[in-house]
Amino acid sequence: MELLSPASLEEVADCVRSAIADKASLEILGASSKRGFGRPVDAAKQLTTAAMSGIVSYHPEELVLVARAGTHMDEIAAALEEKNQHLAFEPPDFGKLYPGDDAGSNRTGTIGGILATNLSGPRRFKAGAARDHFLGFNAVNGRGEIFKAGGPVVKNVTGYDLPKLLAGSFGTLAVMDEVTVKVLPRPEKTRTVLLYGLDAAAANAAMTKALTGPYDLSGAAFLPQIQAQASQCDYVGAQGSVTALRVEGSGPVVDHHCAALRRDFGGPTEELHSANSITLWREIRDLAPFFDVDTILWRISVPPAHGAGVAASIAIDLPGANFLLDWGGGLVWLSLPADGGANAEKIRRAFQRCGGHATLVRAPEAERRKVQVFEADGAKALTDEVKRSFDPERVLNPGRMHEGV
Amino acid sequence: MLMPAPDTNTIAQKARLAAALAELLPPESVIADPIALKAYESDGLTAYRQSPLLVTLPRTTAEVSAVLRFCAENKVKVVPRGAGTSLSGGALPLADGVVLGLGKLNKILEIDLENRCAVVQPGVQNLAISNAVATAGFYYAPDPSSQIACTIGGNVAENSGGVHCLKYGLTTNNLLGLEVVLINGEVVRFGGKHLDAGGYDLMGVMTGSEGLLGVVTEVTVRLLKRPETARALVAGFPSSEQAGAAVAAVIGAGIIPAGMEMMDRPAIHAAEDFVHADYPLDAEALLIVELDGPAVECNHLLTSVTEIVRANGATSLRVSESEAERLKIWAGRKAAFPAVGRISPDYYCMDGTIPRRRLPEVLQRMAELSKKYELRVANVFHAGDGNLHPLVLYDANKPGELERAEHFGADILRLCVEVGGVLTGEHGVGVEKRDLMPEMFTELDLDQQIRLKCAFDPDQLLNPGKVFPNLHRCAELGRMHVRGGALPHPELPRF
Repeated sequence: MELLSPASLEEVADCVRSAIADKASLEILGASSKRGFGRPVDAAKQLTTAAMSGIVSYHPEELVLVARAGTHMDEIAAALEEKNQHLAFEPPDFGKLYPGDDAGSNRTGTIGGILATNLSGPRRFKAGAARDHFLGFNAVNGRGEIFKAGGPVVKNVTGYDLPKLLAGSFGTLAVMDEVTVKVLPRPEKTRTVLLYGLDAAAANAAMTKALTGPYDLSGAAFLPQIQAQASQCDYVGAQGSVTALRVEGSGPVVDHHCAALRRDFGGPTEELHSANSITLWREIRDLAPFFDVDTILWRISVPPAHGAGVAASIAIDLPGANFLLDWGGGLVWLSLPADGGANAEKIRRAFQRCGGHATLVRAPEAERRKVQVFEADGAKALTDEVKRSFDPERVLNPGRMHEGV
Repeated sequence: MLMPAPDTNTIAQKARLAAALAELLPPESVIADPIALKAYESDGLTAYRQSPLLVTLPRTTAEVSAVLRFCAENKVKVVPRGAGTSLSGGALPLADGVVLGLGKLNKILEIDLENRCAVVQPGVQNLAISNAVATAGFYYAPDPSSQIACTIGGNVAENSGGVHCLKYGLTTNNLLGLEVVLINGEVVRFGGKHLDAGGYDLMGVMTGSEGLLGVVTEVTVRLLKRPETARALVAGFPSSEQAGAAVAAVIGAGIIPAGMEMMDRPAIHAAEDFVHADYPLDAEALLIVELDGPAVECNHLLTSVTEIVRANGATSLRVSESEAERLKIWAGRKAAFPAVGRISPDYYCMDGTIPRRRLPEVLQRMAELSKKYELRVANVFHAGDGNLHPLVLYDANKPGELERAEHFGADILRLCVEVGGVLTGEHGVGVEKRDLMPEMFTELDLDQQIRLKCAFDPDQLLNPGKVFPNLHRCAELGRMHVRGGALPHPELPRF
């Protein structure tokens, strides 16, 4: 398949206009690290942002970084680290999650890819998702027109908040070049209190208690025994399941919160300091327990007090299901044996009463073709109209999110 | 300020429309009497006034839906309205439009502390949410200065901020779900009590859309635990450069304070004369820094901030040792607008954001503009995020002063854009900054935004005349031959 690699928005616009003229469509790629996420795109050509790469400007005291969409995340992380800053939404690296043809290079994904998928890590409930840190962009829409939206500063309400809309739009609305993101200081210290041996329901209750208490958590996850034992991190697999509560901040405040957590939560506990804490949360963030590529993987977002209940009801229905809870129970990562199918109806029925949504994050291509991978929020007709308002000829990533969109 | 030409046919049908709406709503929920309509003729931007054709005050989502469906079928324009505190004219009525007031949808529907959220109707006051959960130790973080009056529906429409949004985010960062009625009367829900629903982030784009995309009828907000303690520090500097450098150094040291506010000399004096907050009157710039969290954290960070402030040349420094002292430090800042109101018959509040490093230059050029327009200006500044609120002082009773103030304000906003900033940080575009949009956006930028508007509201009946300076018909914008910034309809009025 032909691979277009435009180096500027003008060149992107040419590619899109040619595609319109040829009545062809384009599959939009960054590093291809998450190409298996979403419905398969049947496009005539591929367009990569690889030639639109590099940090354009970085003003640490303004909390703003501008990079081109094709910039790899490791390059951005390194630049930020030098100034003791980071992307607070803790962008995950899904590079090891996808098999075979869908696997990208060994490098991390791109900033464009992270924003287009609106992925965020364990700090989500405290710091927000990619959408919350996406300030502005310039791009080419499906009409081949260059436009921009948002702005170059952290506080801006001028015009519609199109960065929110482009976040999580999986390249179906526009091809971005320069993106502006909010950056924040890295916490000075990170520590994690581990509670051992709770079952999922008790773990969820403990996380709810911790999150409604005065501990200012920046992470709350539950690893059943099987996931805990697979961790590379010392102490995590030692005593059955693990409920991990993370605190971050200056030295005195992490001391204060860790002591309070260990005092207020009974049972066997342990405390992870810097390196161990970082390792554990990176495993959770990048979904290390699911690197085993043979399984189908669902991402289920529910009201946080309901995570364990939802996971349990699915596990009763579908033998072979494995899960972990993140976001204090608000996020259920759930894997199913590949040969049993995605079971979308059973999955989505599990949270019908409490509300939520489920996204099929990994599955064989045939499965992703026939299953509703994303659920449209609001009215489906509105989704169609929004797509049409950016890309009336369906040139950009047609079908990636919804059939016919 | 030119609004779209009223449709005389609609105005002629006022009695019929009022009667038909009174079939859909209780009769007292439809206002047609010209004297009663007067109460709705402006919002917080009082320089502009217009009596609406009619006002409707629905009590339920179903009634909102009925009104919108009726208006859509009859091609009648609709102006949604919350508490009417907008500073950008977002709720300015239209002579041929129906005002849809959400004040009667004013109930807190559910408080769910386990899931750290509350479900509320749009007419609930911002502060009422925090008050309702205060005893449980929670609060709703965004705190616009009008929070005792403004309502959450309006906060969603404007994506309101507040002094604490540097650390805790704007409205958009604190929402979980919305129920919205579209112009055709359809009721849709975005999000819920969970995070990051799949599909397009329509909740995100609805937030801050200034009433142009739909009418919010229910809001699920995120609740946060109230920090155990908060302490404030106030410091005076001999120059705004030094105060600005101190702000950059605090952030450079990895500290994101709960609030970080700056005032210039005229604002310091106005505030001090008004509330006697013990501000240093010899300072050219004043910095307030608030830190929150457990006492151990506050104390730790205060030590660092104190050192930084001193190292950057502060000539006075005071740290709150009690809650009363903290509130006193804030009293001056919070009273800055009314304080300026005392020294001038009228003032015009601007709202640009700039990259903070350009502050000295912006203040210098603002002083030059002040001389040029012969109008005084006082500055209060959300220093952490670069959001500037210059207050232009004028007297509306002196011929030509309002116009001069408006031109001065427009020049300030142009300056903000020129140095790499934006027209509005938190007040919204509304009618006030509508005609300045081309300073920041190209024709193609704006066309893409209007096309999104068309996806929600193809007849452009919701709040027309706000945000966008041009009238473009949706059908024309949808055609593919519109290219290169060419106006598809040069004969259409630009207002």
